[in-house]
Amino acid sequence: MAVKNYILVCGGTACESSKATEIFNALAAEAEAQGVIDDIQIVKTGCFGFCEKGPIVKILPEEAFYVEVVPEDAKEIISESIVKGRMVERLLYIDEEDKKKGDFDIEDIKFYQKQVRIVLRNCGFIDPEKIDEYIAREGYVALEKVLFEMNPDGVINELKESGLRGRGGAGFPTWMKWNFTKGVKNDQKYIVCNADEGDPGAYMDRSTLEGDPHSVLEAMTIAGYAVGANMGVIYIRAEYPLAIERLEIAIKQAREYGLLGKDILGSGFDFDFEIRLGAGAFVCGEETALLRSIEGNRGMPTPKPPFPAVEGLWGKPTVINNVETWANIPMIILKGGEWFRGIGTERSSGTKVFALTGKINNSGLVEVPMGTTLREIVFDIGGGITGGKKFKAVQTGGPSGGVLTADFLDTPIDFDELTAVGSMMGSGGMIVMDEDDCMIDVVKFYQEFCVDESCGKCAPCRIGTRKLYDILSKISKGKGTHQDLENMETIGNAMKKAALCGLGQTAPNPILSTMKYFRNEYLEHIDDKVCKAGKCKDLVKFEIDPDKCIGCTVCARKCPVNCISGERKQPHFIDQDQCVKCGECYAACKFGAITKS
Amino acid sequence: MAKMTLEELRKLRENKKIELDKRDTEGKSIHIIIGMGTCGIAAGAKESLDAFLEEIDKHNIDNVTVKQTGCMGLCYVEPTVEVKVPGMPDTIYGNVDGATAREIITEHVLAGKLVDKHIFDRPAKDIVKE
Repeated sequence: MAVKNYILVCGGTACESSKATEIFNALAAEAEAQGVIDDIQIVKTGCFGFCEKGPIVKILPEEAFYVEVVPEDAKEIISESIVKGRMVERLLYIDEEDKKKGDFDIEDIKFYQKQVRIVLRNCGFIDPEKIDEYIAREGYVALEKVLFEMNPDGVINELKESGLRGRGGAGFPTWMKWNFTKGVKNDQKYIVCNADEGDPGAYMDRSTLEGDPHSVLEAMTIAGYAVGANMGVIYIRAEYPLAIERLEIAIKQAREYGLLGKDILGSGFDFDFEIRLGAGAFVCGEETALLRSIEGNRGMPTPKPPFPAVEGLWGKPTVINNVETWANIPMIILKGGEWFRGIGTERSSGTKVFALTGKINNSGLVEVPMGTTLREIVFDIGGGITGGKKFKAVQTGGPSGGVLTADFLDTPIDFDELTAVGSMMGSGGMIVMDEDDCMIDVVKFYQEFCVDESCGKCAPCRIGTRKLYDILSKISKGKGTHQDLENMETIGNAMKKAALCGLGQTAPNPILSTMKYFRNEYLEHIDDKVCKAGKCKDLVKFEIDPDKCIGCTVCARKCPVNCISGERKQPHFIDQDQCVKCGECYAACKFGAITKS
Repeated sequence: MAKMTLEELRKLRENKKIELDKRDTEGKSIHIIIGMGTCGIAAGAKESLDAFLEEIDKHNIDNVTVKQTGCMGLCYVEPTVEVKVPGMPDTIYGNVDGATAREIITEHVLAGKLVDKHIFDRPAKDIVKE
């Protein structure tokens, strides 16, 4: 026992292919030679998500982080780091910015991690079902500060100073919403949390509520004090049972402690909560539809103005923000608006949480400062594309957003930059696509989603989404025309102008954005009747090359519709009329006898 | 606990902080913290939890606390578990199935060795502690 140091060698796929095993062996040999083998343990780890700088070696407990290590470095690592207890300076990771400055202190070297976690600060640290653990990590200090040291205007000013913009997607300044509601005279006002997270592939809000429910409760209570409301409503989708359970526990515990209810901490301020469950309609993420749903009406948007800030829930002034926006607020009050403004870009301060999914090695939740580039998210944090394939695009903003192509890998991500290139921040879904993804197929999926989720109240959305979907289907079958492209543009632009709510106004975004950046792909489907990615089933044909087929019968056994026939040891044949283009045979053939065209 | 005053809340916070610090530096107790968000549970965190408890019983270890936390964001390697043993670096393990959980007890907790191939890293610095 009594190991003094641990040497961690990254064993992620990328590092492994760049000689991690050789480094591991070299370190072991050197440790043996220098007589320290019993003082250390060398282990292979999972991916550190910093693959561009791999292979990576980390020494614990000193936390020395060595990058681009080669087997020849082993001798120095052992003699310096282990025997003498010093860092090998030339191998340490140095941030590009520090490098430019030239002069820096080893102690001050920026942490190699690109993520900054404000919203997710407690996720993975505390037990979400124990209020004491939240309290021990500065929980409810912001509420104390607000109730006993600040007046409502002071709170709103701090928010204004922070520059916080709504994280639900549109990016409206949060302080303005609060200020509108504060300015309206009314004996009853409401604070609402939008936890109706509905974008396909997005789960940031779920994780926040499951991991740190008190941060949202604290923030909404603060808002109540700032605008003069005593009632908070959390509208959460019923599909999130664990998040609901933890919220209920959190509310109960806060009430027992007197952090909710009458006369909070003896301040004279009252605030309490109610949870309302959504029934799973995407449109209820739109604020006016959400409020109608709470009232027990059908979840349909109503025209704005009047804005909820003035006439919201039950016709009363209402502040409505989404989960991620709320989770930021206690930290802004604690550390100050200026601190928050120091993170991110000039017009988009703070961080953004993304749910990184799709063809990416390290899928997961990432929280990065605004202004981080797509390249940093996909390659540094995400560990690159699965299977070493080529990056094609990233879809942001779900059914309301667009695509970012390889040309935008170095574009800093914030609200305005994304809008400028025809996508949008959205709530934070980020789906990575590689060369095997067909844009028409992807866009068709989103459009089908919008057809299903359109509430049907206004014609531009109800008819527009259906028409767009029909045209996309036609194109995916190889029956599209150039006129169809023009029509989609006309319909899409009309919807943007005329639809009642955000759902309809943004539904054409995926199409308009891909028509701009992947026009060739549309033309291939229309003119050449070809889907290069092989996703549009009507344009794909699987055939067996009789010269290569040895009659092993694997394909025939794999075929789910039994449309492959042939004698054993004789070339097989696919019945094209029966084939469902699933590709099972293509994947199963070990002899490359099946062609896909 | 009954409703608190401001002073009582502050006192509670200080006490809890001291408890946490004690655990970090001089405390003898071992902590195993399992990520139990929907994602972790879907990936099998409950089975890992059972395996930890069984293995702890089997070896009659009495200074281990097993507890839950939310999602750390490392979805690609769920279930994730943080292991804190005094005198060893706090370690995040990923892809912790039942077998790995048992290995963590026998290797990490009992033998003071890190478990190969399962070590990951916290994705960011702790902003609250700064």
